[in-house]
Amino acid sequence: MSARHLGLLVALLVLAAGFSVPDPARAANPLIADLSKNSIEITTGFSGTDVLLFGAIEGEGDVLVEVRGPASDIVIRRKERTLGIWINRDQVGFADVPSFYRLASSPGIFETAPNRALVRQYGIGTANLDLTTIGDIPDGHHASFRAGMIRNFEAAGLYAEDIGGVEFLGPGLFSAKLHFPANVVTGTYAVQVYLLREGLVVSKLNYSLVVQKIGIGAQVFAFAHEYPAAYGVLAIAIALLAGWFAGFVFRRR
Amino acid sequence: MQIYLPIAEMSVNVFLLLAMGGGVGFLSGLFGVGGGFLMTPLLIFIGVPAPVAVATEANQIVASSASGILAHMRRRNVDFKMGAVLLVGGLGGSYLGVWLFGVLRDIGQIDLMIRLSFVVFLGIIGAMMLTESSRALLRRGRKGPRTKLHQHTFLHGLPFKMRFRTSRLYISALLPLVLGFVVGMLAALMGVGGGFLMIPAMIYLLGMPTAVVVGTSLFQILFVTANVTFLQALNNQTVDITLALLLLVGAVIGAQFGARFGTRLRGEQLRGLLALMVLLVCAKLLFDLITRPESIYSIGLLGGHS
Repeated sequence: MSARHLGLLVALLVLAAGFSVPDPARAANPLIADLSKNSIEITTGFSGTDVLLFGAIEGEGDVLVEVRGPASDIVIRRKERTLGIWINRDQVGFADVPSFYRLASSPGIFETAPNRALVRQYGIGTANLDLTTIGDIPDGHHASFRAGMIRNFEAAGLYAEDIGGVEFLGPGLFSAKLHFPANVVTGTYAVQVYLLREGLVVSKLNYSLVVQKIGIGAQVFAFAHEYPAAYGVLAIAIALLAGWFAGFVFRRR
Repeated sequence: MQIYLPIAEMSVNVFLLLAMGGGVGFLSGLFGVGGGFLMTPLLIFIGVPAPVAVATEANQIVASSASGILAHMRRRNVDFKMGAVLLVGGLGGSYLGVWLFGVLRDIGQIDLMIRLSFVVFLGIIGAMMLTESSRALLRRGRKGPRTKLHQHTFLHGLPFKMRFRTSRLYISALLPLVLGFVVGMLAALMGVGGGFLMIPAMIYLLGMPTAVVVGTSLFQILFVTANVTFLQALNNQTVDITLALLLLVGAVIGAQFGARFGTRLRGEQLRGLLALMVLLVCAKLLFDLITRPESIYSIGLLGGHS
C-alpha cells in the first residue's frame, strides 16, 4: 500500500468516525468512497495495473462495485469443423458491448433472494448484462453466442466477477482492488458503487476513470491512424536507414 | 522487461522479441534466406494478431533486403531490366493482395487465410527441400546423369519477347510479370519476401544465371515489401514500427553470426536442417488448425477493424 493509499485510508477513517456524530447532511448519504486514481496511463512499459477503491458505509449493508469499459458494437464468430479444419462460420452482432466489466462485492451478497432479484433488475453481473443482438439471428444463437463472448472476455481478463472482492477492514470501512490487465482499451470507464440493504439500493455513487495512452506509444498509435500515408512512408524510411546502416557497419568484417 | 506494442496493442517481453529476431536472423544468415516465412508464424505463435504480424514483417523485410542489395549492386549482380519487369508484376500483385487482405479481414477469414497459406507453402517447400537434400546426400560421390541446362517448352512460345542482357535471356515478358505478381500477392497476404518461391522459379522457369538471381530478387523484394508496408499502413493500420525495429536489431546481429557459422557446414546438411525446421513450423500451424480451438468463438469489431 503506497503512502497515498494510506493517506486516503486515514482520511476515510476520519470520515467514518464522523458518521457517529448525528449530522443530517451525512445521514442523507450513508455511503462514501473514492478511487486511488482517476486515470490509467498506458505507457511503453504498461503491463496492467490495480486501482484501489476505499470507502465507508454507515450502518449495515452490502457493497457492490461495478466497472464498465467503453462500449462498442462487436461481432462474434463461431468456428465449425469444415473439411477437417476449424473455420469461422456463423456470426452474430451485439450492440453496445462493454469492452471491460468488473464486479466486486462484499461476501455473501447473493445469498439473499431480494439481492439476487435486484441485480437481475439492474442488469448487474456478467449473467445479467443487457446485450442486444443486431439484426435477425436464428433461434438459440443469442444464448450460445452471448455465453461464448463472455467466456472469451473472461479468458482475456477483461470480464470478471469477484464476490468477496469488497473487503471490510473494520466496522463500516471497506476496500476493493480492481485489476486492469495490459489489454484494456482506451476511453472512459464508469465506476458505480452501490450500497444494498435487503434488496434495495440505499445509496449509489458514480465515478469515471479515464484510460489513455501516453508517451511515445500513444503518439505512434495516433500518427498511424491520423496520417496513415505519412506513417507508411516513415516506416519504410526507418527500415531503409536501419538496413543500410547495418549493411555499412558489417561490410568490412 | 515488458514493452507495450502500440499497434499490436499488447505487452511483450523485449528480450523475447530480440531473441526471436536474433534466432531467425541467425537462420537467414546461415541459409541465405529472408526469414519472413519463419518470423510471421512465430509472431502469430506468441499472440501478435495475424494481420499485424504480416504487415510488420513486410516492413522488416524492407530493412533486411536494403542491407543485402547494396553488396549485390557493387558486384553488378542485379539485372535491373528483369527486376523492373518483376517489380511491375509485384506492384500489381501486392496491390491486389492488400485489397484482398482487407476484404478477408472484414468477413473474418483473414486469420484462416494466412495460416492456410503458410501450411500449404511451407509444406510444399519443406518437402521439396528435404527430398532434394537427402537425395544429394545419398548421391554424393557418384555422378548422376547431367540434365540439359536449357529445355524448350511451351513457355518459350509465349508472345511479348524481351531481351534481358544481364541475364543473357530472350524470353516472353509475361513470365517475369506473372512471377512478380504471384510473389507480390504472397508478400501482401503472408508478410514474406517470397525469395523461397522466386529464386527457384528464376533459375528453373526463367533460366536466369544463378549469379544474378539473388541480387535481382532482392531488388524486387525491396520495392514490393516497401509497397506492401505503405498499403498496409494506409488501408489497415497494421504496421507496428516498434515491433519491426525490435525484430530488426536482433535480426541484423543474428544474421552476421549465422553467415559466419554457415561457412563451416556443408550445403546439403544445411538445406536438410532448414527443411526440417520449415516442416516443423508447418506441422505446428496445421495442428492448430485441425485441433478443436480453446474457444470456438472469436470477437471482432463490427465494421471489420478488429
